[in-house]
Amino acid sequence: MLIFHLDPLAASLFSLLAIVALILAFVMLGSHWVKNHVYAFAAESWVIAALSAAVGVYGHYPELLVIAVLTALLRGSLLPYLLLRIIDDLKQSREFTPLLQPSSSLVLGGFLVLFSYVLAHRLGVRMNVADSIAVLALTTMFALKLIGFLMLVLRAEAVSAILGLLVIENGIFLGSQILVPGMPLLLELVILFDLLIIVSTFGMLVRYLHRELGTTSSRELTRLVG
Amino acid sequence: MIWDALYAIWIVTAAAAALCWLSPDARLAERINLFAAVVDFGLVSYLLGATPPAGVTALGNYLLIDGFGVWVMFCLASVYLLASIYAIGYMRWMHGEAARLNRFYSLFAAFALTMFAAPAQNNPGLYWIAIDLTTIVSAFLVGFQRAPESIEAAWKYIVIVSAGLGLALLGTVLFYWAGTFVLGPVYDMTWASFAAIAPKTESVLLLLSFLLVLVGYGTKVGLAPMHTWLPDAHSEGPAPVSAMLSGALLNCAMLGVVRYLGILRGTAIAGTAHTALVVLGAFSLLVAALFITRQTVVKRLAAYSSVEHMGVIALGFGFGGPLGTIGALYHMLNHSLAKSLVFFGAGNMMHAYESKSIDHIRRVLDHFPRSGALWLAGAVAITGAPPFGLFLSELTVLRGGMASANPWAVWWMAVLLIVIFVGFLNKFREMFFGPRPEKPPHLRLGLVQVAPMVVALAAVLALGLWWLPAIWQHLAAIAAQLGEA
Repeated sequence: MLIFHLDPLAASLFSLLAIVALILAFVMLGSHWVKNHVYAFAAESWVIAALSAAVGVYGHYPELLVIAVLTALLRGSLLPYLLLRIIDDLKQSREFTPLLQPSSSLVLGGFLVLFSYVLAHRLGVRMNVADSIAVLALTTMFALKLIGFLMLVLRAEAVSAILGLLVIENGIFLGSQILVPGMPLLLELVILFDLLIIVSTFGMLVRYLHRELGTTSSRELTRLVG
Repeated sequence: MIWDALYAIWIVTAAAAALCWLSPDARLAERINLFAAVVDFGLVSYLLGATPPAGVTALGNYLLIDGFGVWVMFCLASVYLLASIYAIGYMRWMHGEAARLNRFYSLFAAFALTMFAAPAQNNPGLYWIAIDLTTIVSAFLVGFQRAPESIEAAWKYIVIVSAGLGLALLGTVLFYWAGTFVLGPVYDMTWASFAAIAPKTESVLLLLSFLLVLVGYGTKVGLAPMHTWLPDAHSEGPAPVSAMLSGALLNCAMLGVVRYLGILRGTAIAGTAHTALVVLGAFSLLVAALFITRQTVVKRLAAYSSVEHMGVIALGFGFGGPLGTIGALYHMLNHSLAKSLVFFGAGNMMHAYESKSIDHIRRVLDHFPRSGALWLAGAVAITGAPPFGLFLSELTVLRGGMASANPWAVWWMAVLLIVIFVGFLNKFREMFFGPRPEKPPHLRLGLVQVAPMVVALAAVLALGLWWLPAIWQHLAAIAAQLGEA
């Protein structure tokens, strides 16, 4: 398995890329400008594409190079473009209704990473992989998942909700590149295109929201209760 | 032949979706969709008899057709057929949407197609994709009327369910990772390979993966506390869509939970996993009981009843054993039919009284003696009263519970079913016997609005009067296949 016999250079490269992806999630937590979120998401996707390529080269999975190119094109370019178009259409450049200050969200995000690490470490010990890169991969996976949920909870703008879901997806994708690089190619391809469909669907629904309700803030979606 | 039938279902439904989209005329589209529904129902009925319970695989192990999958498809095909007939009458009432009706039928067929695809996936990852696609298509159906409430419901639906499905994907990846310790870095991802690796895997990882999958697909099933999208989506979509969501979609997602539960048989955590499902089911019943007793909107009443029945089905599978599993399987079909009946009646009455509110619907029997009586009978059936099928299946689930590791849940379930029975029928008492409405309804119901209700009621009654030994044996064979013999 890849995670067991990895030369030190590759291990450090993978770790570096995973940590950069994690830090980019904190950029999203710390900023109120929706466009910054999209740029950070795009950068994170490119980092993940680089990781796919690196895993493909070091682990001898040539098909991962295809995935890397598609990730860069779809996740790193097309999705951010679609999101920016939505933002421009709706003229919402700022998240106005956050529950917490950016500083508090950052601290909270830090705690979530800590929690993810504890969880990943304990899992690693039980699986006898505690001294490999698997722990870092699991930590990033869980941390991005939790940070994505945190963004969904704290932010009200519809675009922020889409971004939160995309961060969750990115976390899973990143972790799976390191943990299960051999996962069937078909599945990864389908998930990539699935993501595209989801974002287009979200885009259409956001426009309906804007047109029919005159708002895209989930705090004002209060007609249906009980 | 089995595979030809399955491919025929997919091709016919896909062709119907495409033709409806291109159809210039809504009348033509409704006929195309109905034709597909009739053909699908016929083919699934054939599959029900022809499929061996253990299942067969095809297409390089990507597809699996087994007794359980076909049973879920049969529930789906029944609801699809009934809802397609009902939609002809119901959707014509929406004068504002007349120009877009062909798209409605196209999406309706596409929704059915994604649901026919999900149970036949042998790859847990592709099953996840199929479930994800059902969400996308049905979100458009929920928001079809473009009213503010519908769009709000569609938005909440897709955000909450996507977040939940993210957890299920994480669980799937962790399951695959667990397998790499046993089978090497690259192997076929199938239900069977997951079942093969489960006993050899560290139980902590197994439990974590299962809980992620349970919460993820549980969101889609509508188990409390992840049910919050369900009342919105069910109440704001057009009535035929509500019936499809409740009677067909929830079962398709439950199938995933049960398949993962089957994977864990023989492992150290099998008992814990069953208990986790029981706890979610028990909590769903509590939430449903609380919201049903204080409900003011007629379709939300039916929606919370779906939370209740998914709770019953979760309890059945969670209790396990032959009785619990057979009861849950039978309950799937009974619930699909009875809930369609309730939603059809609710759609008719909401239109007749021009209100969603229970307070405005009064004296239904005075104005609609026949369809009102059908609706009332449906309400009695859905609350689990004899002589309808739901009574038998709920009783079987309760019997299964007594023999299970969680007998406390039997008492919990029995008490809450009584609370729901009282609360649900109390709302119907208000609607049927309250003071006269200020504005009497003016509406003539046609054959297409009433006939599906008659068929559904007759079926639920027949299933309740006589549980055919053939059906019992069929369900017992499925239960044995799921490892619950």
